[in-house]
Amino acid sequence: MKRNVKKTKTSKSVLRRVLGFLKPYAFLTILSIILSGASVFLTLYLPILIGQAIDLIIEAGNVDFEALVPLLFRGGIAVVVTAVLTWIISTINNKITFEVIRDVRREAFKKLQLLPVSYIDSHPFGDIVSRIVSDVDTFADGLLLGFTQLFTGVLTILGTLIFMFYLSPIIALIVVVLTPLSLFVARYVSKHTYDMFKLQSETRGEQTSLIDEAIGQQKVVKAFGREDEIMEKYCEIDERLVKCSLKATFFSSLVNPSTRFVNSVVYAAVGCFGALSVIGRIGILGSMSVGTLSVFLSYANQYTKPFNEISGVITELQNSLACAGRIFDFIAEKPQTPDKEDAVALNDVKGAVRLENVSFSYTPEQKLIENLSLDVKPGQRIAIVGPTGCGKTTVINLLMRFYDVREGKIFLDGVETRDMTRHDLRSSVGMVLQDTWLAAGTVRDNIKMGKPEATDEEIIEAAKAAHAHSFIKRLPNGYDTELGEDGGSLSQGQKQLLCIARVMLCLPPMLILDEATSSIDTRTETRIQKAFATMMEGRTSFIVAHRLSTIREADIILVMKDGNVIEKGSHDDLLASGGFYATLYNSQFETT
Amino acid sequence: MKHLIKHSKKYTKEVICGPLFKLFEASFELGVPLVMKQMIDVGIGEGRSGYIVGMSFVLILLGVLGLTSTVIAQYFSAKAAVGITSGMKRDMLSHIQSLSFTELDSAGTSTLITRMTSDANQVQNGINLTLRLFMRSPFIVFGAMIMAFTIDVKSALTFAAVIPALSVVVFGIMLICIPLYKKVQARLDGVLSITRENLSGVRVIRAFCREDNEKNRFDAKSEELAEEQERVGRISALMNPLTYVLINFAVLILIYVGAIRVEVGILTQGAVIALYNYMSQILVELVKFANLIITITKSVACEHRMEKVFEMTSSMENDERAEKLSEIESIRYKNVALRYASSSENSLEGIDFSAKRGETIGIIGGTGSGKSSLVNLIPRFYDASEGEILINEKNIKDLDIETLRSHIGVVPQKAVLFRGTIRENLLWGNESATDEEIKEALEASQSSDFVFGKKDGLDEIVEQNGRNFSGGQRQRLTIARALVRRPDVLILDDSSSALDFATDSALRRAIGALKYDPTVFIVSQRTSSIKNADKIIVLDDGVQVGIGDHESLLRDCPVYREIHESQFRREGEQA
Repeated sequence: MKRNVKKTKTSKSVLRRVLGFLKPYAFLTILSIILSGASVFLTLYLPILIGQAIDLIIEAGNVDFEALVPLLFRGGIAVVVTAVLTWIISTINNKITFEVIRDVRREAFKKLQLLPVSYIDSHPFGDIVSRIVSDVDTFADGLLLGFTQLFTGVLTILGTLIFMFYLSPIIALIVVVLTPLSLFVARYVSKHTYDMFKLQSETRGEQTSLIDEAIGQQKVVKAFGREDEIMEKYCEIDERLVKCSLKATFFSSLVNPSTRFVNSVVYAAVGCFGALSVIGRIGILGSMSVGTLSVFLSYANQYTKPFNEISGVITELQNSLACAGRIFDFIAEKPQTPDKEDAVALNDVKGAVRLENVSFSYTPEQKLIENLSLDVKPGQRIAIVGPTGCGKTTVINLLMRFYDVREGKIFLDGVETRDMTRHDLRSSVGMVLQDTWLAAGTVRDNIKMGKPEATDEEIIEAAKAAHAHSFIKRLPNGYDTELGEDGGSLSQGQKQLLCIARVMLCLPPMLILDEATSSIDTRTETRIQKAFATMMEGRTSFIVAHRLSTIREADIILVMKDGNVIEKGSHDDLLASGGFYATLYNSQFETT
Repeated sequence: MKHLIKHSKKYTKEVICGPLFKLFEASFELGVPLVMKQMIDVGIGEGRSGYIVGMSFVLILLGVLGLTSTVIAQYFSAKAAVGITSGMKRDMLSHIQSLSFTELDSAGTSTLITRMTSDANQVQNGINLTLRLFMRSPFIVFGAMIMAFTIDVKSALTFAAVIPALSVVVFGIMLICIPLYKKVQARLDGVLSITRENLSGVRVIRAFCREDNEKNRFDAKSEELAEEQERVGRISALMNPLTYVLINFAVLILIYVGAIRVEVGILTQGAVIALYNYMSQILVELVKFANLIITITKSVACEHRMEKVFEMTSSMENDERAEKLSEIESIRYKNVALRYASSSENSLEGIDFSAKRGETIGIIGGTGSGKSSLVNLIPRFYDASEGEILINEKNIKDLDIETLRSHIGVVPQKAVLFRGTIRENLLWGNESATDEEIKEALEASQSSDFVFGKKDGLDEIVEQNGRNFSGGQRQRLTIARALVRRPDVLILDDSSSALDFATDSALRRAIGALKYDPTVFIVSQRTSSIKNADKIIVLDDGVQVGIGDHESLLRDCPVYREIHESQFRREGEQA
């Protein structure tokens, strides 16, 4: 997947923040580093012990068992200690990694609750979810595990070098000169495969979106008999995909064999010069024992491995830094303006709402609400009408302070809404949106969302008032039926009835209601209307209205078009003025 | 495995040569310790430097041969993997396209898409790895053991003991961890879904001031996840130390046993080193093999899922000799019932009506009352389970499906556009339509204003699912798409739900005025949309409870009256 990685955060500041998250685990981190050092040392020490042991086994009748047995015994202890250390280190690293992931996620989620709704509206959900879920994983896996791998890798290389130079400087030099070859080869191959992989993933993406459309909309394809055209297009893409996929797969699978080949050259060289030095034919090589030669051989095998790993780790580190940047960017997002310290406490809300010269727009270029003033007395009904997509929800956004006005003021019972806490404001408004939303959980949990301490009797009472009781009773487990994500198998109408029951339970002094359009059958709709009517009794209500009866009964009608409030008044006034509302209203009754 | 095998046959050469060359490579690798043994025993033992240099070149030669064999093997494996999967995918797409709506419903389109994409990729990867590694790793493990036996049977017994022990550890830990990893995944899904929930429900959550509550829930979920991850981590962290202990203890024992054998003159020093080297090769390969098994198991599961798709057969056969229609003049339903494959009850029952060319038929009823099912029978998306449908007085099953559908313009409930341009989308209706005809269709569907208001007009880009158009615009474009083919029958399945009253009525007027005079089916929930139809069919829970014009239904059909009154309660007199 391609991501637009912003390079705003330098890796330095990202690292600083990573360290911040590591702080609670400082002791464990340092312990892990020390133990890793010890374990690397022991791992490298073992071949030396074995080499010494081999030197004690010279030929028939010439084996020094007295020295051999304690040597092997020492080896055994080294093995056990190394194993225990390795286990402790992995356990510590796991603990650090998973708990840092947990901490970062919590931090991010905390931020999510504080972000303005505008942020959530303007960012694709997939993007935010992937930051909080997969980016955090990649970051922690890559950065923390990658770091420990890098650390032990570098340590192993250094340790091996020291031991090798100690044993035989010349042969060590030969190894040092030859090994970068393997790095070079690996880099060369991966650089050349990168383009092929890019082409492969692009072509694959092209194919996937065709498959997505063709199968996802197979019914439309069939209705228009386009099967052959789709197949033709598919085959054309597939031919290209096969070609580049073969190349990418083949060339990428060359990395391992070619580094393995370099290793075998190194191995041969060590064997050659080592053996020559054992027989002491070449003066400058000095002389070594067969045991030391075997140490070298096993080092030559080990030594190149960390190099290959490190080159892998480095790409992973870069990737995880990018992910860390994305998640930290998210955590650093500007939160909504905090509630005022000296916020006015709301008691006994009457429901008088006044908008004073309110202006608002989502983007500065596109003006929406301009200079809107409105005076709503307690208990009045305000219908918001207009064609689909005209921005009726904008008004809801402003009343609930999901968005703040750009200019002007909104008052509730004479107090400006920005002078009270969001909590106070929102608890005095009940909201039922057409875009029903239910949490995963039981029916009961969902109803008591606004009043967690409600008793079962109150819940049933509310459900009855919302005309939801009868269908809830018929659900497999009644009020304890588990609803899947977003309501699961409930019908749209049932979901809306549940949302109404939810508001019915706490029944605040003001209401925001969004009438359903077409997806609900008439009988359920009649029930919803009745429930709405019960709720609105004596409460200030804002209704995004689609039904003429609702509209006609409203005290004030706000007519919106393209985001603007273009007309305002009672039904009769608006009809008489013969404006947009009149056209809209009359078209309902036109005969064709 | 049927289709996998079928397509593998086209790549017999590659499928055989891939693993074969891998085995060559493994043999060369197994030769290395033996050469080294000679170098030590002969070269060093006899002090022959020329021999040492010669053996070093043999080592390099083995490396070169190994590299060559692998390159060949990788090429064959990649070719087979890519080719076999591509063949399977093509077969699968054409198979899916041959399925009828019934099978598409039961399989679910998102499942089918997964089969064609991620499952297929997994299979490709699995084939590639299997060809490359499945033979190689066991070959090296057992090869190393056999080589050890050729050097010295008694010392080699260590191998015979340590290989099973290692296998138990490696596979045992993996078997224990797999279900635990599934648990971890489930908890991760929990974290994922609460995050998604908080995004989609942000307004409700904030309206009810539930932010703190959600934070606590999230904290608990992520704690659970971390705990589970640490638990698995502790177990899987055993793998490395345990295998390290096993292998190295085996090495120590090997050296001790070797020492005894050297003392009595059976083994040489070089032979002990060779045995030591073989031992080191085993571990690496065993771990690789264990990981390979996991990948292969996954791929096999994916392959099975793909085969399942192939097993579905279309329940609707199109007879080659079926009659090809030139025009649809009349449609008649004779006591039709429809039961979906997944359901135990009829979705439609007792549907009986006829429609002549040029008539407008309204279909009304609540959600789930079977309105869409009724119209879906006309293009034969489904077959009636009882009764029969006659087109031009001929049974629909005796007609060629393709030509039948080509005379019908369907506007589905969900307005779907495809990636491309507006023009390309509209040409779906009729490949050879002229710009004039397209304009006419746009005009009738009330879309010419916004289409020609766009910078590129007809060549404006349509993004995936048409997401760069509003719901109402999409709806009007799908109507235009159906009109471009100048259909004999036009089916509007609740196709104006996103349109405002004014546009909706203009649309209905334009359709009524079409020169080629199609039979129009309008599905709706609103009586206002259909009350001028020649015939209105009223559905209640799948049953036809009334048929007639607006006035007669208002008089005789209580369901219709109820629907109408609920929508026009107070305005009735004005209407």
